Amino acid sequence: MVSMSSGVVVVGGGIAGQAVCEALRERAPDVPITLVCGESSAPYDRVRLSEILVSGEDSQTLGLRPAEWYTDNGVELLVGRIVTWIDTDRGVLGLDDSDELGFERLVIATGSQPLMPPIPGITLEGVHPFRDPADCETIRSAATSGIERAAVIGGGLLGLEAARGIAAQGCAVTVVHLLDRLMERQLDAGASSLLAPALAGLDIDVEFERNTQQIIGPDRAHGLRFTDGSELLADLVVVSIGIRPETELARSIGLVCDRGVIVDDAMRTSLPRVLAVGECAQHRGIVYGLVAPIHDQARVAAKTLTSDVAGGAGADASALYLGSVPSAKLKVAGIDLVCAGESGGDLEAVVSDAATGVYRKLSVRDGRVIGTVLLGDTRGSEALVAAVRAGEPVDDPLQALADASLAGPADLPDTAQICDCNGVCKGALIEAVTAGGCATPREVMAVTRAGTGCGSCRPAVKEIVAAATGGLSDEPAYLCPCRKQTREQLAQQIRDDDLRSVSDVAATCGTGRECGTCKPALAYLVSEVCANLHREERDARFINDRVHANIQHDGTFSVVPRMYGGVTTPAELRRIADVAEKYEVPMVKVTGGQRLDLLGVSKQDLPAIWRDLGMPSGHAYAKAVRTVKTCVGTRFCRFGLGDSVGLGIEMEKLWEGLHTPHKVKSGVSGCPRNCAEATVKDIGCVAVEGGWQVRAGGAAGGNVREADILTTVTTRAEALRVATAFLQFYRENADYKERTYDFIPRVGLEKVREVVLGEQSGAALRERLRIAKVATQDPWLERDDPYHRHQFDDLAAPEAPEPALVGPPAGGEL
Amino acid sequence: MSAAATTHYACSVDDIPRGEGRTITLDGRRIALFRAAGGWYALDAACPHRGGPLADGIVCDRAVICPLHDRRFDLATGAPLTTGDGVAAHAGEVRGQRIFVTLAAAERRAA
Repeated sequence: MVSMSSGVVVVGGGIAGQAVCEALRERAPDVPITLVCGESSAPYDRVRLSEILVSGEDSQTLGLRPAEWYTDNGVELLVGRIVTWIDTDRGVLGLDDSDELGFERLVIATGSQPLMPPIPGITLEGVHPFRDPADCETIRSAATSGIERAAVIGGGLLGLEAARGIAAQGCAVTVVHLLDRLMERQLDAGASSLLAPALAGLDIDVEFERNTQQIIGPDRAHGLRFTDGSELLADLVVVSIGIRPETELARSIGLVCDRGVIVDDAMRTSLPRVLAVGECAQHRGIVYGLVAPIHDQARVAAKTLTSDVAGGAGADASALYLGSVPSAKLKVAGIDLVCAGESGGDLEAVVSDAATGVYRKLSVRDGRVIGTVLLGDTRGSEALVAAVRAGEPVDDPLQALADASLAGPADLPDTAQICDCNGVCKGALIEAVTAGGCATPREVMAVTRAGTGCGSCRPAVKEIVAAATGGLSDEPAYLCPCRKQTREQLAQQIRDDDLRSVSDVAATCGTGRECGTCKPALAYLVSEVCANLHREERDARFINDRVHANIQHDGTFSVVPRMYGGVTTPAELRRIADVAEKYEVPMVKVTGGQRLDLLGVSKQDLPAIWRDLGMPSGHAYAKAVRTVKTCVGTRFCRFGLGDSVGLGIEMEKLWEGLHTPHKVKSGVSGCPRNCAEATVKDIGCVAVEGGWQVRAGGAAGGNVREADILTTVTTRAEALRVATAFLQFYRENADYKERTYDFIPRVGLEKVREVVLGEQSGAALRERLRIAKVATQDPWLERDDPYHRHQFDDLAAPEAPEPALVGPPAGGEL
Repeated sequence: MSAAATTHYACSVDDIPRGEGRTITLDGRRIALFRAAGGWYALDAACPHRGGPLADGIVCDRAVICPLHDRRFDLATGAPLTTGDGVAAHAGEVRGQRIFVTLAAAERRAA
């Protein structure tokens, strides 16, 4: 049957299709929009495929928008459906399940297919394009299956990223390239000659001027044979020589096509009712295969659609697409490369240092900037790319290069594009702060989507937001805002003067005396620096840490005994049940961290309850190591790859009792199905085939953040070592109340890895954690040996021998 | 306001550790008694916001922070230092090793 939708139908669920939907919805809140995706998932960020080839993360994480976005924005999303015919006269199209959709306007965003050269052996097993998540998974599992070598045909941007992903799995890889220089569309010979050695440093071999004649079979791919007769043995062949615009559907309805569907400056095809956007479109002779132009095109398409819908008002010049200056960033960890525009001009300024692998170039024609290449040192890239896009006049290009390296994002014009993945300009970031009320980089990123693609622009986003929110970038995070003292300064003072308590620090530095808010932060700092051999002063602690229970809204407390790894026994359960009855506990609740919570307990009852429970404190009230959630793993699960319960209990016992800058929730999953949700924990381990993935910085609270992978190791003992080193690194370096998921982005994942995974630095961290741990003890033992008199009691009303005195107070203030 | 203020013996000096507070019932009224660096102070026990137990709050030289939602009050006057209503303040006094509290007449001081 024909759906009565008469709005806009977008065919193709790639970045382009999604971008059109977003740009259109922004301009026209009520137009019905339907997005038809041929692939089996909602639109995802293809640009980041190379990341998951490296990390092995689930491709689900690439989703451009969550499912709710489509419902919230009234975009009907049809997934895994193919358009089989289109009747543009009637405005109806048919889907492969014989449903029909009506449309007023149609946008073709069918993207492209990987170009596969018609050479013998191209269809053999072991030969793959690198285009979608399935390719990614196949390539990754081949690279980890112990083959001797992989070959990548094509030394362009995508080919190099594929090679990096393969090398990251420990598989030898050779890139074979037809020409004598890599990324020839973007780079000149000088930059290319420095890029090859940089790749060699990442265990990626490059062979130039290799024209592949055939893929050696016969049963499956065993290597490449080149036109000069030489051969390269390889059991995995990835083909990345370019794209072919997907125009089949467009041709079937008679749209004029060349390489791609030909569009005018309003993104209209030869049929005015039909537009085309993205890699399937050809504008002024150019098919753009990069992400930034797609966003420009989508915005223009949205303007065309809305101005026409609104009554065909005359084309507004700003609503025209005049082409994009291509720009690209190579997403290969360890190599910084940004380029834009042309790789040469009639005046070129080049700064090159082969020893450090730095190459910076600005190309000029007719006095205007037309291109830049920045390798090894990309400082000032936003400003230079913006200058290329604007074709800015320049007198002294060498000086301009030097100036750019000193300029920060704050010096950029509002029109400079900061996030290429989502096409966000600096002005939009500032508007999110000034008009949108956003106060933090995180909020701005959520609103504008800047920094949510490949993430390479996040430092720039943070700097711009900081400047826009009032120079926060200049103001350090003070531990004590009253006295403007930072954690680092105070820690140094504590070390230098061998201070042992909060009152020592208060006496020496004045910290914590005025508003008192920072006293718990100071208490943690003193304990951490002194490795728990400090002098404990309970008055500096929050009430939870004075009575070792979590205060509730009515002033009662909750009691959570420790259950290592979420494993308990009938005897423990019986004791918990008995306690709940004996003390008339109002609620017994299973927590999210796989423990039992006794809620509504009065402070006075705490010691007796702990005594009756006979279990150690779960620290559910403290900024400390909380639970380690586990699944049953190999102990019982049919799918288990690792002993998650065993590792979880080991972690919890090794870390138990340690206080931390903020709470630390952990999890261990016995297989990538991840039933223990370890990928959204502060510290998480996931058993994978052949080892353990160790992650940190996950969140599943107000914000959801997938934990970063620190590393993948082969043994459980190594996983424990890495996770432990990370915990101590966090304990020593995070600001108070800074969760791991804020800490890691602040410090930088590379820095974290460097220290945590370093053999000596990691061992030193573990040793310091061990020393700190020795000085801890179960705080619930204070049930028999309270720290203070009346620690858990109200004061008793005084009795007879001290009668109330009646009369004016001596020196009262009222 | 009623006329006579009454002074009550509350506790001995070492019943409350330095920098902490405790709740005590005097004359049927719940009082939070504090031993701060600046002296002994007494406020009504419940935070005017949501009834949080002020005696469980963090104390600095002259203020206490409610443990539930971080409202801050001047220990000497009960005046709010953040937002909302203040709380009644009572006079604390050290006589030797003993602490006395003179209850204010009003339930609560205006903000």
